[in-house]
Amino acid sequence: MAEIKSFVYINRKAPHGTIYALESLEVVLIGAAFDQQVKLIFMDDGVYQLTKNQDPEGIGMKNFSKTYAALGDYDITEIYIDQESLEQRGLSIDDLQELVYEDEDDDWKEKSSMRLVSREQLASVIDSADVLLNF
Amino acid sequence: MPLEVNGTTYETDEEGYLANLSDWSPEIAGALALADDSELADGHWEVINFLREYYEEYQIAPAVRVLTKAIGKRLGKDKGNSKYLYELFPYGPAKQACKYAGLPKPTGCV
Repeated sequence: MAEIKSFVYINRKAPHGTIYALESLEVVLIGAAFDQQVKLIFMDDGVYQLTKNQDPEGIGMKNFSKTYAALGDYDITEIYIDQESLEQRGLSIDDLQELVYEDEDDDWKEKSSMRLVSREQLASVIDSADVLLNF
Repeated sequence: MPLEVNGTTYETDEEGYLANLSDWSPEIAGALALADDSELADGHWEVINFLREYYEEYQIAPAVRVLTKAIGKRLGKDKGNSKYLYELFPYGPAKQACKYAGLPKPTGCV
């Protein structure tokens, strides 16, 4: 059996204006479909990717922010948010959509995937990666 | 190749997927199936309707593993398995069912 590797994706850019956020999301979904262990980090302007109530229709873009809610279905249960990046932008965790997963080992109980972390904690997440992808 | 249903022509891509999501109707689903020599029964509709709801909520077509798990949860274990879904959609449940549901091909679909 192929070895399961730990993939960490760092999302640093605003959702629109560049293709990075959408491309990252697509790669994440493809990677997860192949049974890899996947962790996501949102930092810098990347925290805007998870803000609630996005409506990009005016700029002719698909509202792919809805897709983040499907990450739990793809067994992505560890989503790290950089607290410092939120604070620098006057945001709090309440401005972000709540992402959840259903725990198969705990009677499908719904649990939060969101982890608000410091820079030190982020460093250890990054350190744990076999494969690190930066978007 | 364009698809003709009741005198109206709809644009499709080279694999027969509808070009415009908003063109979809149950009649079109039937016509897409007919083009593959299949006929849609209740079992097919359960999956097609599920896919359309999933797309509406998350803006993606789920990967086959996700589809199988979700169908099992919603419609019962006897339907949430590859054997059942491949019997309904022999060309691959996600790929073929998405086509009839008027959705784009699932991301990461091989």
